[in-house]
Amino acid sequence: MATKEAGRGPASYKPLSMSPKEYQQFAKNRQPSRPVFANCVKAFFVGGLICLIGQGVQNFFAAAFDMSSKEASNPTVAVMILVSVILTCLGVYDKIAQWAGAGTAVPVTGFANSMCSAAIEHRSEGLVLGVGANMFKLAGSVIVFGTVAAFFVGIVYWILGVSH
Amino acid sequence: MLQGRRTWVFDKPPVIIGTGTVVGPDEGEGPLAGDFDLVHPDMTIQQPSWEKAERVLLEQASDIALSKAELSKDKVDFYVGGDLINQIISSTFAARTLGAPYIGVFGACSTSMETLALAALLVSSGAARHVMAGTSSHNCTAEKQFRYPTEYGSQKPPTAQYTVTGAGAAVVAAEGRGPRITAATIGRIVDLGLKDPFDMGSAMAPAAVDTIQAHLLETGREPGYYDMIVTGDLASVGHPIAADLLRRHGVPIAETEFSDCGTLIYDLAKQKVQAGGSGCACSATVTYGHLLKRMAQGELKRILVVATGALLSPLSFQQGESIPCIAHAVSIEQ
Repeated sequence: MATKEAGRGPASYKPLSMSPKEYQQFAKNRQPSRPVFANCVKAFFVGGLICLIGQGVQNFFAAAFDMSSKEASNPTVAVMILVSVILTCLGVYDKIAQWAGAGTAVPVTGFANSMCSAAIEHRSEGLVLGVGANMFKLAGSVIVFGTVAAFFVGIVYWILGVSH
Repeated sequence: MLQGRRTWVFDKPPVIIGTGTVVGPDEGEGPLAGDFDLVHPDMTIQQPSWEKAERVLLEQASDIALSKAELSKDKVDFYVGGDLINQIISSTFAARTLGAPYIGVFGACSTSMETLALAALLVSSGAARHVMAGTSSHNCTAEKQFRYPTEYGSQKPPTAQYTVTGAGAAVVAAEGRGPRITAATIGRIVDLGLKDPFDMGSAMAPAAVDTIQAHLLETGREPGYYDMIVTGDLASVGHPIAADLLRRHGVPIAETEFSDCGTLIYDLAKQKVQAGGSGCACSATVTYGHLLKRMAQGELKRILVVATGALLSPLSFQQGESIPCIAHAVSIEQ
């Protein structure tokens, strides 16, 4: 590409002429890419750490209150949600998540964060139209597609004759 | 007056007789902190909602601009303002406080120079004696409206930008002491099909290039005429792209200092702002605070501020539309 035509002065500038396709490639070559591998590694370890903490809490309930592991799972989830909500309210969770990515988004703590953050954000619009209407703004799609996925998995189980 | 297709060269260049800049805590930790009139230590500005906080920022910037211009509120003939929030409510409520006749405009992050250009036009044409141009943005109102709740844990890519919390206002008058607005070039919509709202720098770079070229062509100026050509908020991704585009199209941009408000306002190595700053307040506070201060100290004589705007809405990008972009340039000379 010629950078400058003969003769100085503005008259020699070429008007911006690039097709969208050409420019998109031009820009893509100059953009920093997402550090996908590093993000995966961080997500793996942070997600694993959260699950490890959860397991520790479950073992604690099982040992301290003489519960079966199934009985201990409900209070465990409640504790994990509570911790996530507290960290969200303190304004810490989003900072951890920027570093950890999917590691903090996938476990139940991410679900709690999505509901809690929406509820805080829309509190200024009132309890009904603000908090109530917006609380599931992000979590809603998780519930919808989780239910749809469960439906199809259920059908597969039924066809294969698998039952619990 | 009108020169070429979209450049106003003012026969009687209006004067910026006073400016006010107010910023939030992140900008207060940035390298330009000392150049702003007021730095708030917290994001809420002791207000019950983010929207109210943004309004207060703009009201304070207007008050400071008026006191520096030694002008009372009733002497403001028109207030030209705009911001990022739906139906530009921050500007409207600030205009309610100011009580001046109000012209609300929307140019996303290009609003800073759009309002300044209009203010200069009103004053220069004799339609007004004193016009206030003002704009604001708040990180949390922008996140809430365009992205996710502020406390939601989503991971942003390195191309994303951080909306500046702040407000900038300028009082433009026919006569007085201060830098003069000698010309303005109004942008047109440039859309090269980019769709990622987390990479607005790349989307806006062609708009900046288009306006810079038009400005130079229609005024017959070379980049070297200016001590500095500064874009609004292309940040560390979009700005080098714009520089590359300019060189590729034969514009000798190396003749001048080519900079960007989005990279000036933060310390990109230390602060977690991804590619840099954005938002209406980015170019407004850097221009009215930092750059005009440098002009007053004699470090800069002529600057061209090219404020860039991504005119998307949350609806348009969810429906898969590309991002229409614009840039408005204002030439300020000592």
